[in-house]
Amino acid sequence: MRRVSTITVAGISTAALAFTLSACGSSSTESSGGSGKGVGLAFDVGGRDDHSFNESAARGVDKAKKDMGIDNKMMTAKNGETEADREQRLTSLADAGYNPVIGVGFNYAKSIEKVAKDYPKTTFGIVDSVVPGNNVDSITFGEHEGSYLAGVAAALKSKNHKVGFIGGVNNALIQKFQAGFEQGVKDTDSSVQVTSQYLYPNNDKGFNDPAAAKDKAKGMLDSGIDVIYTAAGLSGNGSIEAVAGQKGAWAIGVDSDQYQQPGLEQYKNSILTSVVKNVDVAVYDLIKSVKDGKPLTGEHKYLLKDDGVSLATSGGFIDDIKDKIEAAKKKIVDGQITVRTSP
Amino acid sequence: MKKIDKNRLILGLAAPVLAIVAALAITSIIIGVTGKDPFHAYQVMVEFGSKADSQVWIINKATPYYLSALAVAVGFRMNLFNIGVDGQYRIAAFFAAVVGGALTLPGIIEIPVIIIVAMAVGALWAGIAGLLKTSRGVNEVISTIMLNAIGASVIGYFLQDGRLAKKEGNLIHTPYLPDSAHFFEIPTQTKPIYGFVVIAALAGVAYWFLLNRTRFGFDLRTVGQSETAAQASGVSVKRMVVTSMLISGALAGLVGMPTLLGVSYNYGTDFPTGIGFTGIAIALLGRNNPVGMALAALLWGFLERTGTQLEFEGYAQEIVGVIQGVIVLCVVIAYELVRRYGLKAQQRKVGEELAAQARKSDKAEVSA
Repeated sequence: MRRVSTITVAGISTAALAFTLSACGSSSTESSGGSGKGVGLAFDVGGRDDHSFNESAARGVDKAKKDMGIDNKMMTAKNGETEADREQRLTSLADAGYNPVIGVGFNYAKSIEKVAKDYPKTTFGIVDSVVPGNNVDSITFGEHEGSYLAGVAAALKSKNHKVGFIGGVNNALIQKFQAGFEQGVKDTDSSVQVTSQYLYPNNDKGFNDPAAAKDKAKGMLDSGIDVIYTAAGLSGNGSIEAVAGQKGAWAIGVDSDQYQQPGLEQYKNSILTSVVKNVDVAVYDLIKSVKDGKPLTGEHKYLLKDDGVSLATSGGFIDDIKDKIEAAKKKIVDGQITVRTSP
Repeated sequence: MKKIDKNRLILGLAAPVLAIVAALAITSIIIGVTGKDPFHAYQVMVEFGSKADSQVWIINKATPYYLSALAVAVGFRMNLFNIGVDGQYRIAAFFAAVVGGALTLPGIIEIPVIIIVAMAVGALWAGIAGLLKTSRGVNEVISTIMLNAIGASVIGYFLQDGRLAKKEGNLIHTPYLPDSAHFFEIPTQTKPIYGFVVIAALAGVAYWFLLNRTRFGFDLRTVGQSETAAQASGVSVKRMVVTSMLISGALAGLVGMPTLLGVSYNYGTDFPTGIGFTGIAIALLGRNNPVGMALAALLWGFLERTGTQLEFEGYAQEIVGVIQGVIVLCVVIAYELVRRYGLKAQQRKVGEELAAQARKSDKAEVSA
């Protein structure tokens, strides 16, 4: 009896599966996209309110809404996603008629490449990666150059001659931040000791784990480090919080001007400066180009010389060393200094 | 005899029905509280989930979930909590990708080599926890969780440009597998289904056979029910612990294969994580039953597929996560309730039978 019922259940479920597969011919993706419903923005982990990378992209979209009345749809990735999840998110956005569809973060590289082929009339944008395709705008930044300037500031401001770098995930992109920062410190004052650490070796959770960043920052502060530069998306909030708890220590923010972030207001007097990545400008450029009927495609680099990256001056904490930072910036722009992209 | 079987069938059906009804009721309330119409949500989910390309997506998504649930279930059946499937499948997939990327053999040899390496590495990693438990009494929950962290760090160390991986843009991954290592696909009207679903189904059958039709499976279930009784009847519990950890780990080694051989063809920083933990939920939901777990894995895929669509309808993104959690809780509670009810009903019945017997013998004595 029992064996029979098990076999029956197995049989019925298999048949049901086979039936549904063959019977339903309709597909959820029948339109080819291209109609203008506004901007589709797919975030990486952390979501829109990470006070950092994603928020910068969201600002560009908000500005487009204000200036041009373009609507938008924003969706966020979960921790531990697979390629299929990302593809589905982009497909849903393109299928619903959003144009352009922008993947915020290099994790979307492969899925953008695939989905862009299915929706040739839609323009796709990818931040932090270069993706082939006639309808893809690849947006990259000179993070290493901005981080170099942060290194200069850190070396000049550290009283203990010890500075630290915290990366969210040890990957090629974050290594760019590390390399630039380390070079900036060493070129300014070779006696300053730099400690670079990562939250996770290869788990993207590193961009979404403020508690881990807080612990890491505390460990650094305990060892006498008094300037900490954190490149870790939402996790950076934890590090800033830890630094704010110690008098005389400085945090350097990343991606957005974190001094200006309402969510970080209580810590703002500890935020020395931020390496601002003008994702908003790039996103806005792309939206505008699609609206004007001349969509941007191909590779677009936003470097120090294009003001794609910059060092925030809010709070006025680096006003006293402004000249030295400007000098370093000039050297990079003029090509006298080539900043390394990997440590 | 036949009547008992019928009762058992009704009881068996009662638990999942009860669980699903309770889960639907609770999620309806939750969606209602957020100020949205729950029935519209279900309608959207069913409509979108029954589209052909959604079904392909769901099956592809469910395949690794199912393998992961099998790996967890082998341990569960003998009260062994292998929480480390997550680390086991990742380290297995990583080394399988390294070996596969370094070799160029015909597919018929290359693919089995990759799969065997994955199973061996997975078994080895899980076996450490098994050995620690039998030789030093280390609880497997602790050791497997620690091994997850160690596994992630080992991968992190080797997954660097110039070590065992190379850089491509901002992604770092192991060298691509040769074309011969691409697993076959089952074409459909829309996107293809990963051929690995066949292996997953075979693994399910093997799981059923091993546990229900072999001496080993009997011993394993005995140990799960009572270690002392098993020991007394001559089963070496220590050997069972190590062996089942090895089997669990070998199955875990298969979890990353649909992705490695069917999608990414390398192990990179973007390789999916967390499937091992999803497997625990699915094993619980499917009650360690091979068919039940398959349905649970498909349900999980369905919820994930349709969750994105809910977002377009203005529902919160987190709703699907809540539904998943509620379902697992409801299933666990419903099964426990039904088990207790069944136990009580059985006791009552036995009591009645005994009383009837006693009455009969009383009467016999009186008449005698």
